[in-house]
Amino acid sequence: MRYLPLSDQNRAEMLGSVGVASVDDLFADIPAAAKAKAKFDLSNTMSEMEVERVLSAVAAKNLNASQAPSFLGAGNYRHHTPASLDYIIQRGEFLTAYTPYQPEISQGTLQAIYEFQTQVALITGMEVANASMYDGATACAEAATMACRVTKRAKVLVSGSVHPHYRDVTATALRFMDMNIECLAPDPVGIEDLIGRVGPDLACVIVQTPGFFGHLNDYTALAEACHAAGALLVICVAEPVSLGLLKSPGAMGADIVVGDGQSIATPTCFGGPGVGLFTTREKFIRQMPGRLAGETVDENGRRGWVLTLSTREQHIRREKATSNICTNSGLIALAFSVHMTLLGEAGFRRLAELNHAHAALLADKLEALKGVKILPTAFFNEFAVQLSKPAAPVVEALAKRNILGGIPVSRFYPTYPELENILLLTATEMNTEADIDILVNALKEVLS
Amino acid sequence: MSQLRFTKDHEWVRVEGTTATVGITEFAQGQLGDVVFVEVPTKGKALNAGGEAAVVESVKAASEVYAPVSGSVTEGNAALPDAPDTVNKDPQGAGWFFKMTISNPSELDALMDQAAYDKFVADAS
Amino acid sequence: MINTITTSGHRALQIEQPLIFELDTGGSTAVDLPAAPKVRTRLGDLRSDKPIGLPGLSEPEVVRHYTRLSQKNYSIDTGFYPLGSCTMKHNPRLNEKMARLPGFADIHPYQPQSTAQGAYELIDTLAHWLKTLTGMPAVAMSPAAGAHGELCGLMCIRTAHEANGQGARKLVLVPESAHGTNPATAALCGYRVESIPATALGRVDINAMRAKLSSDVAAVMITNPNTCGLFETECIEIAQAVHAAGAYFYMDGANFNALVGRVRIADLGVDAMHINLHKTFSTPHGGGGPGAGPTVLSAALAAFVPVPFVVRGANGFSVVEHAGTGAAQKSFGRMKGFQGQFGVFVRALSYILAMGVDGLRQASGDAVLNANYLRVKLSAELTPAFDGICMHEVVFDDSFLKNTGVSTLDVAKALIDEGFHPMTMYFPLVVHGALLMEPTETESKATLDQFIASLLALARKAKQGDQAEWFKGSPRLAPRRRLDEIQAARKPVLRWRKADVNVAVTKQAAE
Repeated sequence: MRYLPLSDQNRAEMLGSVGVASVDDLFADIPAAAKAKAKFDLSNTMSEMEVERVLSAVAAKNLNASQAPSFLGAGNYRHHTPASLDYIIQRGEFLTAYTPYQPEISQGTLQAIYEFQTQVALITGMEVANASMYDGATACAEAATMACRVTKRAKVLVSGSVHPHYRDVTATALRFMDMNIECLAPDPVGIEDLIGRVGPDLACVIVQTPGFFGHLNDYTALAEACHAAGALLVICVAEPVSLGLLKSPGAMGADIVVGDGQSIATPTCFGGPGVGLFTTREKFIRQMPGRLAGETVDENGRRGWVLTLSTREQHIRREKATSNICTNSGLIALAFSVHMTLLGEAGFRRLAELNHAHAALLADKLEALKGVKILPTAFFNEFAVQLSKPAAPVVEALAKRNILGGIPVSRFYPTYPELENILLLTATEMNTEADIDILVNALKEVLS
Repeated sequence: MSQLRFTKDHEWVRVEGTTATVGITEFAQGQLGDVVFVEVPTKGKALNAGGEAAVVESVKAASEVYAPVSGSVTEGNAALPDAPDTVNKDPQGAGWFFKMTISNPSELDALMDQAAYDKFVADAS
Repeated sequence: MINTITTSGHRALQIEQPLIFELDTGGSTAVDLPAAPKVRTRLGDLRSDKPIGLPGLSEPEVVRHYTRLSQKNYSIDTGFYPLGSCTMKHNPRLNEKMARLPGFADIHPYQPQSTAQGAYELIDTLAHWLKTLTGMPAVAMSPAAGAHGELCGLMCIRTAHEANGQGARKLVLVPESAHGTNPATAALCGYRVESIPATALGRVDINAMRAKLSSDVAAVMITNPNTCGLFETECIEIAQAVHAAGAYFYMDGANFNALVGRVRIADLGVDAMHINLHKTFSTPHGGGGPGAGPTVLSAALAAFVPVPFVVRGANGFSVVEHAGTGAAQKSFGRMKGFQGQFGVFVRALSYILAMGVDGLRQASGDAVLNANYLRVKLSAELTPAFDGICMHEVVFDDSFLKNTGVSTLDVAKALIDEGFHPMTMYFPLVVHGALLMEPTETESKATLDQFIASLLALARKAKQGDQAEWFKGSPRLAPRRRLDEIQAARKPVLRWRKADVNVAVTKQAAE
């Protein structure tokens, strides 16, 4: 087997050193009766070529976005990945390193995390960011539980603008911690009243911008209402490219900003792994979950970085830790950071403008169609549209024409018949005007 | 006339009349190593004997400081959070954590005096 | 004192590299984007033109920046990485190649299910391997990492207890030697934690556990092989006692790599176990993640599995995405966005297919052989914490350093200069000054022999009695000497700021 270096001669010599006759003898502590049952009807070793053949055949059963114009989003976005990004994250020194617990020989990862923390804080308009969570949904749950710790309150209010997965994962986490959560109904038109619901029992209010249905909202007044009631405001950002063009959540007064860096870091990859972004104010750092890299000096006075404030974490605080997270999303955080570095301020802003322009172009062309109504008046690169017929069969019909033409909202909200005709559409820099015309023309046929 | 008493969790308590000053012992600071963070209780906080009163952390360890007796906090050491190394330098002097009233003086009887505590530490190590 | 022997501050291949923020050339970008179409913008009043503060660099500068950073990292590709309980095995590049096939990388989790049949097939195939290797009837695929898998298992357990009218159970028993995630996870699931002591042989004290079992206990979480690298010989008796008390048996599968192809954990009486794909099945650790923690479940827990999960029907695969209806009637809900760590699944299956069941069995054998070889050879100077054969990792205590003034940490830092990554230190907590080493099966005998020679030489040097100062000064040859972690924790600096801004904001935060 090509991944195993020991030869039979090595094994024989080593068994002699250990003083046993066979490898099986090393497993003598396992009850014999249990071992005897260990029979497996599974395939044996394969050559590299065979593995490639088998897995390529499986991959070929999927319609991928390089074969079909794709307008899918809902928290998972297809953007261009510069070639040097993938080269950098495949360097073995990044790819095959562990968590940087030995700082003298992990300065590469540690400096990259420190740069990542700074970039995330800058684009969200916040003061500090951690070294990453699993994804946006779990980061949202961590924000809710952190808000409960900070405020010593046990109730969370979730806006109907929040991604349903973020909402569901947060609800699961809070339920098992015996906390309360109130989730408002999905809000495709953007009319819910949050300020009127803020009260002295709330740990936090959770909102999202751009919202799940595409709406852009300024939450400054909500932040003020939260703070007046002693609650925190948590803002989710499922599409961080939007931060290149929009007022930052920090500028609105958010106390915690979470999101998913997937759109900047990686291909869509069937939804995972992503990278959870988590930022807050400096006064809350001891209540933050997750790892943090901090600056210091070595014995010679040279600047360097270490993991710090570890007493918050499970390996020291155990059942009193701020979270149980250990493995995070380090490599995807690096990918996020590399892409942000490649873009720089000018590139980040242009990428955001290009996204919005393509989405606005799609909206312009859709508005000319009968049976299509665009719901948000202001949006970034994604918006909900109300169709004249149910959206799910429309999407199936478009797939038959080799177009990945949006996501029917009913797939997220099957128990809301009033959402049946709503379709979620995204256009990024990857959708050319020709793609947009293909979609619009096909929609026209399917809807007629 | 003050009296000094110790808990099994390595807190010391100096009793003067009906008030007490609480900190961690020389032995405890040595076990923790360089203290990097301290959180002291605020005035008015009600404490039960054995309940969590303050937090002390080194780089690799975090520990609660427990109330040796029941009572109410009259003062937290405001200088400690900005100079946590005081706990290492002078644990039984300037490194005190908080002062409190004593609501039930008989609880002091359960604590060790200096000789008993010295023996307790010697046996533990 | 900065020890500068060159004008640049660089030392040959060790090149000092500023932060990207300090390299800002103002306005440049490494990404050339096409011009945007002219359209009416629809941003309402949310558009912001305020500077963000991101630096601008060209492509060659960015590539060089990260290449230089990478050269300050130790990695498996560089050398031996015997971190105990971390399973730092070779990460095959075939896995990476497969994960980048457009049919896996360029697909969306919410494209029509009819257009993603290959993705569901991949998840289902990996699930089949995991279920078969463990003998368990069900697996939750969505947990993102080991700790997340633990949470999944305990959420299933609590939901099952509640469904059976046993919701009053509020206690989880965890051995003293457990990884910190176990008690942290139990707390997140609303449980109190009590610890079970170990015997002198490094195993769970089953009598002490029995004494703690009651109608208040929801679950017992045990790592097997445990964090001392020892198989829990009374595992089956433990499971029987746990079940007799009406509780569930959670096995932490962090060390499943020692058992693959040797025993099915279903035959040990386990109710739930997570599998770290980034340990046992070779997906890269990536400097901290991502991983994946699929969690296998017994028949008693299978109905409570989180959404989403893939089902196979007459017309192919489909995915069940909503709890409370149909096949997910009893599901406890959702714990992760989308479909789980799909990219990690592809890599793990690529490895599994390459190894095959015969290769996986050989791998666990070689891993255990390598660990025992280290145990026997290193015992010449070091002191094993426990007698007898170990599994995939071996733990030494620090009694060989007694009265030398040298600590476990010092030995580890000296190993860095020898060109090796240190072992896990001071864990498990039950072993004084622990040195926990896991060589894995992907190391050659020659590599092990080099490591043994270095570590034995360091042990002999320590025992000379007057070498403490030398040890405290190591490492000397790494990109950095020992770093001041105390300063980092006392005055946290967690991000770059322009010098003058830094002071103002810190002051503001303190107010």
